[in-house]
Amino acid sequence: MSELKEELKAKIIEQLNLEDVSVAEIADDDPLFGDGLGLDSIDALELIVMLDKDYGIRLSDPKEGRKIFESV
Amino acid sequence: MNKEFKISSYSHIKNQTISVNGNVLFTDDSEDFTTFIKAAYKFLDTGYSKFFKMDNLSKLAFLAADVLLKQEDLNEDENNIALIFSNKASSLDTDRKHQATIENDAEYFPSPAVFVYTLPNICLGEISIKHKLYSENSFFIFDRFNPEHLQLYANSLLRSEKSEKVLCGWVDIEENIYEAFLYLVESNGEIEHNTEEIIRLYKIL
Repeated sequence: MSELKEELKAKIIEQLNLEDVSVAEIADDDPLFGDGLGLDSIDALELIVMLDKDYGIRLSDPKEGRKIFESV
Repeated sequence: MNKEFKISSYSHIKNQTISVNGNVLFTDDSEDFTTFIKAAYKFLDTGYSKFFKMDNLSKLAFLAADVLLKQEDLNEDENNIALIFSNKASSLDTDRKHQATIENDAEYFPSPAVFVYTLPNICLGEISIKHKLYSENSFFIFDRFNPEHLQLYANSLLRSEKSEKVLCGWVDIEENIYEAFLYLVESNGEIEHNTEEIIRLYKIL
């Protein structure tokens, strides 16, 4: 599981062009949006595409999005 | 009698070089635009992390504007500097990147972050957000650099007092061929705001 988390962090940094952030700086429970990584709505869409493309995971219930994307 | 205006400053980004008022600020050997503009961003101490999320046209326009606007004594809350930009290729550079993500049905994964830049005027929004410009902005597509149109529009905005200053110019990119020339028009300045002078400045770099 920890390997998957590290992989996800690296993908988030690469996919969202977080130039000034490293994998080590993202804690597992850091909020992705708001005060944490400060991601925006376009980043959220980009994460949804990344999960579908790289892991075949589709968000079936958009209402659950806020909880699913709370942290890594 | 119509009031006359002046060009107070101008910038170029072309051939791996960034200059302001004809003076070279930054130059780099890299022929790859992404590498060049990233090095320029760091050298110029731009400090705006959203820069890395922009497409290449916005990065080009943003830095060309930033080197001029950070010389201005801007208000932290709101500024009335209009933007009149132009180019030939529109957002074609980014349009092609978007096309590449949707042309294969089996690999149909359009990137929202790329798609939002498939209009040339998005770069004006990026500049306006950074510098708090609550002002008119327009992006025109021409076959060539068109100083006549830019001068006419800038004069109209300034004479009607819709804008205090106008940042005008040309920002064009297709892969690693890029060119930005911006100039600031206002009441004060050393250079006459006429088409002859605009063309002269355009050709300096």
